[in-house]
Amino acid sequence: MELKEKIAGNEPFPGIVHDTPGGGIVVSTFDSIINWARSNSLWPLSFATSCCGIEMMSTASAKYDFSRFGFEVARASPRQADVIIIAGTIVNKMAPVLKRLYDQMADPKYVIAMGACAISGGPFFYNTYSVVKGADHIIPVDVYIPGCPPRPEALLHSLISLQEKIKLGMTREQIRGEFKG
Amino acid sequence: MTNEEIKEYITTLAPAATFDETGEWLNIMVTAEELKPLMLALRNGKMQMNYLFCLTCVDFKTHLTMVYHLSATSHRQSIVIKANLNLEQPVIETVCDIWRTAEFLEREVFEMFGVHFTNHPDLRKLILEDDFKGYPLRKDFEDPINMIKL
Repeated sequence: MELKEKIAGNEPFPGIVHDTPGGGIVVSTFDSIINWARSNSLWPLSFATSCCGIEMMSTASAKYDFSRFGFEVARASPRQADVIIIAGTIVNKMAPVLKRLYDQMADPKYVIAMGACAISGGPFFYNTYSVVKGADHIIPVDVYIPGCPPRPEALLHSLISLQEKIKLGMTREQIRGEFKG
Repeated sequence: MTNEEIKEYITTLAPAATFDETGEWLNIMVTAEELKPLMLALRNGKMQMNYLFCLTCVDFKTHLTMVYHLSATSHRQSIVIKANLNLEQPVIETVCDIWRTAEFLEREVFEMFGVHFTNHPDLRKLILEDDFKGYPLRKDFEDPINMIKL
């Protein structure tokens, strides 16, 4: 089985179960258990700067409902949030605010760039004096979603992709941590 | 009032005014000097233009044009007043003592086009940073650091 498949869907909990009379023993590593726990309870920051925010609200509401994947607790404070979804255009005046929000979030933290504006400036790439050409000029991004704006399905896909990335230990922070330790 | 009556009335207030009826509204072109007295008369006279619903500026490369959209809530009538300004020293009298809403609109035109409104109570930049250089909505605006030209 592919590692990715194994982590993505077919394994409810990381590790091997050794059946014993009257129960069982799970053999696993702390890292994979921590990653499993973290990936299933990602709290997004309520942060949106333009029309992508409307799609994000739609994804949060009953029809698409991202709480099915552990994203239900949208926080109004960066200190309680794990993931920031950059939903919309980042203008030059917003850039220091975004940086400060990111700095205020507690580790481990993840970033999703939602939509064309957050990826590259999108429709505001040419001939504009006020728009940052990609949020990754300011903060590191883990997952990019194209679209203008992306459909809620695309946002759900990106959220699930982020979970997979965390379970695989492939986010920027996890890789950096491995080099340190 | 029909357009003909309005034109006649405005000619008595500002004899040099010219008219253009090709658009949705009656366009009245006046000089920058006669704008303020005309505006006062439109607000307080029989036209009762008590609602300034748009104040903006256009850069035609050879000159700037101030554009004022006026409406009367009692008569449901709208007209457009325009005044040309030269690019080197665009100066015009403020109208924010007639319509308070013009205070912010004029600040926006000030930061985007560099039009100077005399007697404005608080002529600062509205949205841009205070240290922003240049007037971004002018056609000759250049910003090699932030702008990617197509």
